[in-house]
Amino acid sequence: MAKTRTHAGRSIAAHAILLTYTLIALFPVFVIVINSFKSRRAIFAEPLMPPMPGNWDLVGYTTVLEQGDFFQYFLNSMTVTVASLFFVLLFGAMAAFALSEYRFRGNLLMGLYLALGIMIPIRLGTVAILELMVSAGLVNTLTALILVYTAQGLPLAVFILSEFMRSVSDDLKNAGRIDGLSEYRIFFTLVLPLVRPAMATVAVFTMIPIWNDLWFPLILAPSEETKTITLGSQVFIGQFVTNWNAVLSALSLAIVPVLVLYLIFSRQLIRGITAGAVK
Amino acid sequence: MGALTLSKVTKSFGKTEVIKGIDLHVAEGEFCVFVGPSGCGKSTLLRMIAGLEDVSAGSVTLDGRDITNEAPAQREIAMVFQTYALYPHLTVRDNMSLALKQAGESRARIDQATARAASMLALEPYLDRRPAELSGGQRQRVAIGRAIVRTPKLFLFDEPLSNLDAALRVATRIEIARLHRELGATMVYVTHDQVEAMTLADKIVVLRAGVVEQVGSPMELYNNPANTFVAGFIGSPQMNFLKSAALDGRGETTGIRPEHLELSREGGRIAGTVSHVEKLGGETLVYVRTELHGLLTVRLFGEHDYAVGEPVHLTPDAARAFHFGPDGQRLR
Repeated sequence: MAKTRTHAGRSIAAHAILLTYTLIALFPVFVIVINSFKSRRAIFAEPLMPPMPGNWDLVGYTTVLEQGDFFQYFLNSMTVTVASLFFVLLFGAMAAFALSEYRFRGNLLMGLYLALGIMIPIRLGTVAILELMVSAGLVNTLTALILVYTAQGLPLAVFILSEFMRSVSDDLKNAGRIDGLSEYRIFFTLVLPLVRPAMATVAVFTMIPIWNDLWFPLILAPSEETKTITLGSQVFIGQFVTNWNAVLSALSLAIVPVLVLYLIFSRQLIRGITAGAVK
Repeated sequence: MGALTLSKVTKSFGKTEVIKGIDLHVAEGEFCVFVGPSGCGKSTLLRMIAGLEDVSAGSVTLDGRDITNEAPAQREIAMVFQTYALYPHLTVRDNMSLALKQAGESRARIDQATARAASMLALEPYLDRRPAELSGGQRQRVAIGRAIVRTPKLFLFDEPLSNLDAALRVATRIEIARLHRELGATMVYVTHDQVEAMTLADKIVVLRAGVVEQVGSPMELYNNPANTFVAGFIGSPQMNFLKSAALDGRGETTGIRPEHLELSREGGRIAGTVSHVEKLGGETLVYVRTELHGLLTVRLFGEHDYAVGEPVHLTPDAARAFHFGPDGQRLR
């Protein structure tokens, strides 16, 4: 009996800690969302009050949807995030497969070299990247952002995925080779499905910094046609006057797509289809 | 079906040589088993025959064709793995027919080959299931079926029974022996279990540290071991090794199998005390501690009552004793 009680006590304590953390983490998001539905006066008067008939105002959303090319910004963010994610996962997985599967001279060094980017922030190279993009004529294009974000995401992807690929059964890959599958088919049809949970983890870790980034869009692609949503929201923040309704509405809207992507990937995290491949 | 020939096959990883020049001929239709302790290179050798490992030097010939540098899929071989290695996303039917599809065979030919293999292994009810919905024994039968469908010149088995439980292991062993008779195919089988080797093989190859210690039929190895290693490895329980100096003085060591030691309460050549008794019903194993030779095993048929601590006497059957020199080689 005593044992179960301490067990329950521990469980309550753990839940209390986790719930507190969740509340702290979600609080800013909560404040942004509730205030985006309120009038300007209500935002400043009672920032913690939920929206209700007295202070209800959709002026923020109407401003956002009318002013600027907000839909275009959304599309830009989406294009950049999805394309970068695709390339990070594709090239990251391919490099990881090569590093974990083939014995060649310098294998370990190559792996360390590819993982180096985890420790060195890509922003240190901003000036060089800008010079590079200027001479390549890629300034103010989404391609520039996709290239930079792919480079930024690859180190972690290679590092995590190569660890996971080492755990995929050699027998399975060899059975494929004996049955006449090409190395590409072995990679795409046998190995990738088995490391899907790891791919989803990498996708989540890669996606969020890209979606939220303000730095590179501001430097490499600030034109009206290539603005991302984070950069687009900044038009409402002026030096002297800030349209808070619009800023909060824009941020609330910006949460939605990333939430949807997250839900898609997290389902992959949970679903394991490895059962039955090997004992 | 084809004969397999290895000549001076060598494998090195960097500077370490793991396979040290192996010459071997497996005749058409023969069942050849590689046995040896773990790390002896038997699996590496099998993977070299399959083409999954490069051959550092020497050549592999199958059915008169040099396949040393060919890709695994071109070698006309099939392999059954210890972990089954079934494709998790395909049904049993698709698992078995994938290789033929890759080779571009006709639909009718594929269906016929799959149906034949499924009926041989009683897999018809499971053809539309996925591997995850099968038991371990069924999965291994699918893996064997996948090999049969290809009608290869050579079957390779890499410890196929190791992941099965004891009862299933015996049943599958009998199944493999039956398939070998029905198909008449050349098979190479790797195991560390000498019982599997003895029961299945036409020819056993005993390996140690990348070198062939002895090649022969199961009974040749049992009755005529070339050295102490083979003598100790083949036969269960293990052969007893006695100091020759205390017996007839011939050679350094005298090997005598547990079934060739006579146990008596009255008297004999070697005195000792019973240290442990294992009763298996059909046979009784008595472990006797002796002063000069250490622990010796005696195998008696039927049921016998010996108490631990009881003084006993042992007499080796001199006609069945093997004599080994100081280097472990047999003296003839």
